[in-house]
Amino acid sequence: MRISRRILAGLATASLAVTATSCGGGGTSGSFDDTVTVGILHSLSGTMAISESTLVDTEKMAIEEINAAGGVTVGGKSYKIEYIVEDGASDWPTFAEKSKKLIDQDGVPVVFGGWTSASRKAMLPVYESKDAFLYYPIQYEAQECSNNIFYTGATPNQQSEPATDFMYKRSPAAGGDFFLVGSDYVFPRTSNTITKAQVKQLGGKVVGEDYLPLGNTEVAPIISKIKKALPDGGIIINTLNGDQNVAFFKQIQDAGITPSSGYYVMNYSIAEEEISTIGPEFLEGHYGAWNYMMSIDTPASKKFAASFKKRWGADRVVADPQESAYNMVYLWKQAVEDAGTFDDNAVREALVGQKFDAPQGPVEVMPNHHLSQTVRIGEINAEGGFTILEETGVVLPQAWNQKHPSSKGFACDWTDPSKGEKYKL
Amino acid sequence: MELLLDSLFNGVAIGSVLLVAALGLAIVFGLMGVINLAHGELMMLGAYTTYVTQLIFKLPILKPFYNSYIIVSIFLAFIVSGVVGILLEKTIIRKLYGSPLETLLATWGVSLILQQFVRSVPLAYGTGLVISLLIGLFLPTSFPSKIKESINFKYYKFSSWLFAALTGVLTGSVISSSVSKLSRASARNVDVTAPSWMRGQVEIIGTAFPKTRLMIIVITLISVIAITLFLNQSAWGMRIRAVTQNRQMSDCLGISTEKVDIITFGIGSGLAGVAGVAVSLLGSVGPNVGGNYIVGCFMVVVLGGVGNLLGTVLASFGIGIMTDLIGAGRLLSIWPDMPLPLSNTINFFATTSMARVMIFALIVIFLQFKPTGLFPQKGRMVEN
Repeated sequence: MRISRRILAGLATASLAVTATSCGGGGTSGSFDDTVTVGILHSLSGTMAISESTLVDTEKMAIEEINAAGGVTVGGKSYKIEYIVEDGASDWPTFAEKSKKLIDQDGVPVVFGGWTSASRKAMLPVYESKDAFLYYPIQYEAQECSNNIFYTGATPNQQSEPATDFMYKRSPAAGGDFFLVGSDYVFPRTSNTITKAQVKQLGGKVVGEDYLPLGNTEVAPIISKIKKALPDGGIIINTLNGDQNVAFFKQIQDAGITPSSGYYVMNYSIAEEEISTIGPEFLEGHYGAWNYMMSIDTPASKKFAASFKKRWGADRVVADPQESAYNMVYLWKQAVEDAGTFDDNAVREALVGQKFDAPQGPVEVMPNHHLSQTVRIGEINAEGGFTILEETGVVLPQAWNQKHPSSKGFACDWTDPSKGEKYKL
Repeated sequence: MELLLDSLFNGVAIGSVLLVAALGLAIVFGLMGVINLAHGELMMLGAYTTYVTQLIFKLPILKPFYNSYIIVSIFLAFIVSGVVGILLEKTIIRKLYGSPLETLLATWGVSLILQQFVRSVPLAYGTGLVISLLIGLFLPTSFPSKIKESINFKYYKFSSWLFAALTGVLTGSVISSSVSKLSRASARNVDVTAPSWMRGQVEIIGTAFPKTRLMIIVITLISVIAITLFLNQSAWGMRIRAVTQNRQMSDCLGISTEKVDIITFGIGSGLAGVAGVAVSLLGSVGPNVGGNYIVGCFMVVVLGGVGNLLGTVLASFGIGIMTDLIGAGRLLSIWPDMPLPLSNTINFFATTSMARVMIFALIVIFLQFKPTGLFPQKGRMVEN
């Protein structure tokens, strides 16, 4: 009896092991020479989980695609990519802690992770002190340039600047006054400082500015200020975060602040995912600016959207942050193959100058560890997508913004040891 | 004139959101002295009830009545939050009367549980659960007294809970199979869209007012009037006031304090549900929606004077009007050529964040001079 129980237990463990390997194997495990394990670090719980889990899905998809195409080839050996997913739990110190774990304990050569600027700022010292490498996929306020972070999202000059230009020169409210609304934290405040400087250069006027404390949904005082400052319509630049957009758009529509009465809102934090949450009926006729929009009509873009839907469900959408996340996995693969090693320093050198045919069009890694990208301005339509109105050529990233008073005249270049993080142009 | 009207309306609009949210707390905290940190989550349940009602009214059978779903959801939200409140009272709070610190911790725990509940349980089954609670709690009380007094009552009670559970599971699966949006658990915030007759503006004396704001003001007014009438005119209202003033004496005189506690807490929680309907019209509905209001609710009740409804009403409108005056920089438009240092100060505070700071500071200063609020409770309380 005792023996048979032990045998049973042994059998159970064996069968578990078999299932485990067959799950992780992805089908073609036989054809690889070796495996390499990378780290994925996003919030899977807490307030940011909704947004960040879409990035995990995209990164997994990119890794599966690369594996299906033969994995990473380094030094004549083919490596299958495996991943460890860690949960940052929407808590910034946790991001730093999990980064340490991934680097020290798991020894991963690269970590794909982060969303909020706060989480990035918490992780930065970890990567710098351990000389490890973080790939960060979100459009952000810039004013940062680390040798240990690779930023694949847009800098302000790749999103807000072309958007402000469009609003002032070519939108239906062209020549109108500006009102800036945002949530009360670092991204909206930095972005608006840049916008104010730019509007001044263009010869326009910013007639008001207000910030809603995070979590607050009472928009009535902001609405009366908008009505007072822009009695006959004008341009509103919106950098509100997450759910505050729902409150904002519901209430301004009720208060008669709509495109039909001459008010046009340009949004920097509303992508396809957010449009479906807020409801296109509240957003129709307003604008957004991104590098990638799901409605881009190229084979690469369509293929990206189609494979994401195929992998994760037909009701899912892809948006700009996901495209950035997708690009960075491929760029890492290319850099590793060029460097011929997984070693951080060699990969970092090989990374600069990498080109990739991204869903948004060609992108290239610049010496300041940011990407050159295409900027698109879209009008939100009734179907919940963007109607693309304008497309710039390829715009080079500015890690140090040239319109922000504190960083004007500075740049970043990691390929030249004498220049580095911040040098005078 | 137009400016004054506009400002007054805005103040009242902001104030009525505060008031409707704080009204239930004014009863639970003000009259019963229970520090209920789960009050915000009872509001959240009301907001989710609105969302579920909206989706159910989109089903083909109810489609013709879609425009009235918001009215229906006010009553449903009152019932849902009320039932959950009663359950909370029966299971947790009843054991903690007189120990405020433990109540505070326990209700905070409940608030976390409720938040996680809506995140991880499909709303269809959540609805089913509320329905079974409703049946389980109220079916036994409707039995004739002959059964109630019989020795086998516990079996009747048990079988009625069994029936309740079955009905709940059944409704849950029916809803989940007919409304796909409710069949999956999601932490994502959802959105309540007001019916078309409630969107846009109406013009009164040359000024345009948003309809949803007017609707919230109406909901608030009706709730305040109803609760005042109930407390002052009805027999149960009198019993509630009696128990509030002197629990032991009321008990001796034959008032069932247990029943009074349940009714008071149920009504307070139900009002939180009604507040949930109101706030769902303004923003999105999510697990954290209640947390945004809870501090404001306590602030209003404390400022108004604990145990005084009129104080709560005045405090919320006062805060509303101050928010608008400071936050929108109104004083500058009333008096455009005021001296520079003064106008700079006003401009500095004329943002939403700074207005909040200013109002909190003013309230703290006010409470230094009148620690018991605008209208302190008069007379002697036995419990103190």
